[in-house]
Amino acid sequence: MTDDKVTIEVDGKTLEARKGQMLIEVTDANDIYVPRFCYHEKLTVAANCRMCLVEVEKAPKPLPACATPVMEGMKVQTKSEYARNAQKSVMEFLLINHPLDCPICDQGGECELQDLAMGYGSDVSRYQEKKRVVQDKNIGPLVQTEMTRCIHCTRCVRFGEEIAGLRELGATGRSEYMEIGTYVEKSMVSELSGNVIDVCPVGALTSKPFRFSARTWEMSQQSGIAPHDGLGSNIHFHIKQDVVKRVVPAQNESINEVWISDRDRFSYEGLYSEQRLSSPMVKQDGKWKPVDWSVAFDMVSNNLKESVSADPKSIAALVSPSSSTEEAFLLQKIVRGLGSHNIDHRIHQGDFSDQENDPVYPWLGQDIAEIENLDAALLIGANPRKQQPLLNLRLRKAALKGAAISALNSIEYDFNYQLANNIVVSPLAMVGELAAILKALAEKTGKNQDLPGFINKIEINSTHRAIADQLVSVKTTSVLAGNAFSSHPEYSSLRFLASKIAELSSSTFGFLGEFANETGCWLTGAVPHRMVAGQHSAQIGLNAISMFENPLKTYLLFNIDPLCDTWNGSLAMNSLEQAESVIAFSAFRTPSLDKVATVYLPISIYAENEGSLINVQGTSQSFASCVSPQGEARPGWKVLRVLANHLQLEKFEYEDVTGLNKEVNDLIGNVSPNNKAQYREAVLNKPSDNAVARVTDTCMNSLDVLVRHAESLQQTQDISDGKVHLNQTLANKIGLENGASVLIEQSESSLNLDYAIDNRLPENTILIHAAHPDTAGLGAWYENVSIRKA
Amino acid sequence: MTQETKQLSEHAREEIDSWIKKYPEDQKQSAILAALREVQHENKGYLTPELMDAVAEYLDMPKIAVYEIASFYSMLETTKVGKHSISICTNISCMLSGSDEIVEYTEKKLGIKTGESTADGKFFLKQEEECLAACCGGPMMMVDHVYYENLTPEKIDKILDELD
Ligand code: SF4
Ligand code: FES
Ligand code: FES
Repeated sequence: MTDDKVTIEVDGKTLEARKGQMLIEVTDANDIYVPRFCYHEKLTVAANCRMCLVEVEKAPKPLPACATPVMEGMKVQTKSEYARNAQKSVMEFLLINHPLDCPICDQGGECELQDLAMGYGSDVSRYQEKKRVVQDKNIGPLVQTEMTRCIHCTRCVRFGEEIAGLRELGATGRSEYMEIGTYVEKSMVSELSGNVIDVCPVGALTSKPFRFSARTWEMSQQSGIAPHDGLGSNIHFHIKQDVVKRVVPAQNESINEVWISDRDRFSYEGLYSEQRLSSPMVKQDGKWKPVDWSVAFDMVSNNLKESVSADPKSIAALVSPSSSTEEAFLLQKIVRGLGSHNIDHRIHQGDFSDQENDPVYPWLGQDIAEIENLDAALLIGANPRKQQPLLNLRLRKAALKGAAISALNSIEYDFNYQLANNIVVSPLAMVGELAAILKALAEKTGKNQDLPGFINKIEINSTHRAIADQLVSVKTTSVLAGNAFSSHPEYSSLRFLASKIAELSSSTFGFLGEFANETGCWLTGAVPHRMVAGQHSAQIGLNAISMFENPLKTYLLFNIDPLCDTWNGSLAMNSLEQAESVIAFSAFRTPSLDKVATVYLPISIYAENEGSLINVQGTSQSFASCVSPQGEARPGWKVLRVLANHLQLEKFEYEDVTGLNKEVNDLIGNVSPNNKAQYREAVLNKPSDNAVARVTDTCMNSLDVLVRHAESLQQTQDISDGKVHLNQTLANKIGLENGASVLIEQSESSLNLDYAIDNRLPENTILIHAAHPDTAGLGAWYENVSIRKA
Repeated sequence: MTQETKQLSEHAREEIDSWIKKYPEDQKQSAILAALREVQHENKGYLTPELMDAVAEYLDMPKIAVYEIASFYSMLETTKVGKHSISICTNISCMLSGSDEIVEYTEKKLGIKTGESTADGKFFLKQEEECLAACCGGPMMMVDHVYYENLTPEKIDKILDELD
């Protein structure tokens, strides 16, 4: 026997255990059930509920299995009369103050207290006295409280402190008066707050949007993939009568462990938005009319045929990077089949100047689970906490283990761990800052070949040196590019520098990924310069911006709101307004589509859809349709297949999504990603003095068309507010006082907007959130602007 | 200094700093009880959410952690109370020597129930849960941190009437 193993006996069975393990871990691993409330495998041990009491030989009293470390030769009885009596007594105490209101409790049927009361409670309560009652608290739009039901296990409190990294709930008061809550009335703002619903063993914390809408036993459970970030968290849909009633996490240790973000948990509400498109529609004389699918298909195929005969290159398609791999594949196949290469999914990108050197697909550079083993990392243009919440959870684990995580951003984001270094500069200074880190690294390592000439002129300070030192002094390191990196107007230069930094410091170079299926879009050739499996295309089509620079004849928009989902909303809207036909494959009617589209083809989305998504680590995950599409909507792949048939395109004989998926997988199966390429050398643009630069940030709950239609998420703080954000200094400079509004001018347009003081911003920088209909028409995401008091 | 910590007076900050020094450098939150006691003292005997937030900020703790502590300890008040804090012990020894009558008398005299403050904001009749460790002198009470033993109604009158 090795030193770290011990042998114990539980209920007469001999078991092997690791030294220091808690008894409950050993019994769990061996399928011996010990009742529990406060113990949770992902949280620290609190041992406050006492439900797990067991009999341990020679111990003078029953011991809690969750807090009793195993010892050599330990003899344990979990079901002896002694143990059962202890467990039953605890149960009786726990029920003393519990309201026993299971018939009106949403947790009924999946309640740990209910289950254990069945097994360990007695049928009649001996307790006749008054029960305590606790006032409910309003803790925001997502989590419903019913605090009289709370059994004070503190799982929710520990979740906040240990996992979410934001202590919002606490146990205030004491003894009979102890209560779980926020103490002062306020909403939970953690992007992971919904997980307290799952960890709460009773019905004290339940889902607010789901409230009273179904009983747990009436619902069936089906698997799905969350479509709002590049992780593809595994989820379960709970469905009653063909309606998704709620979404809960499914365990996948290599992706989301046992958690999901609030965005992934509550976006299902978007499925039932009144804005859902339920039948094909065509615009006649400026009015929208529902039509049959056949009429719509005829019209669309005629439009396309006409465009082809005029000039195939007058067709362009923009596909949302949240679409399935199959949808992206078929759409590019149609566009290319018609003779055009104008297809793109890079809707949040503004600089395509070095696309020639793009990797086959930008990926995380490592497995998701490996992130927690990093010893140091440099985040560039990244706000992982809100944009990749479950990846951030791994970064946080690394930080708590001592990893030096540094960040370079244009907004001082709120991290829920201590950053080793934090540089916040205007977007105009990003290239210079990154170059300074590179220079510090070159000095440190002595590897200074192949660096751009301007490096000599760059000044470096102690922060740049500290970042460089941290990246070379430890073993496992990564340079991680976030959403604002990829949408930066000097993306190519940043990419060159980041990749060099990674090379010189022997770090992995990774992209955090913004949407659910960027990888799938890249691999299926939904880009103008690459074909399926990343093969270089001889002809290069127009990209997500250039397709709107001059109006074309026909546009295909797949899952896109052209105003809110593009890097330059006014440019896109302008060209679309002038186009002859704009064919919108959409799950929703949106004001901007109403305005510019000529045909609506309703497609199913999310739980209604079928296909696969490929995440940032390159894992393809399939999902089946779990509920019927709304109205006449059909899965996108079917709509595209039928359209291809109407167009008499060849090789579109797909019978089912599995066959299609197989073809795609065969084509892309053995592509392996590599972010380290010979990128075009960075250039340093000298920012003009005193220029005010605009930054654009996508709020987590405004990311895509589905979340934007999810009602409860739209009541959280994490949505676009349509205001100009600026810091106090800048506000003073232009003489803003209460109540005034700001006139902001960009090259293409100007707007009068309300402002918000936001001191997270660096000098001479203003922030406008992406995807707000009031501001999206302003123009490019990044540009110098002029602002003054209106 | 942030907007929040400005709530703390200079004296309070000095006092808290002197406590922080007593603990290891990375554990300044150990000064929480001393900090709350001081801040409560300066604020006429009770804490407000704003003051607790300021302390949280000052000691770099989550706000809720400060609320937890403030609401746990009975010597910290989290709602507005009268200027003079009166705790009459009702634990066993005091009860056996007649604390019930003392409580009754005081309640009647002040016209409030235990746990309440007088309308003029002068007196706060605190609910005392614990033995105040002066059992040999029961019945006893503590008024503004000063102990008074072997109480009688006359003594109560004298003590309370002399307070301003
Ligand atoms: S609210 Fe739920 S999770 Fe939190 S302490 Fe109470 S019972 Fe436990
Ligand atoms: S589960 Fe062991 S004490 Fe709660
Ligand atoms: S019982 Fe009153 S002081 Fe001890």
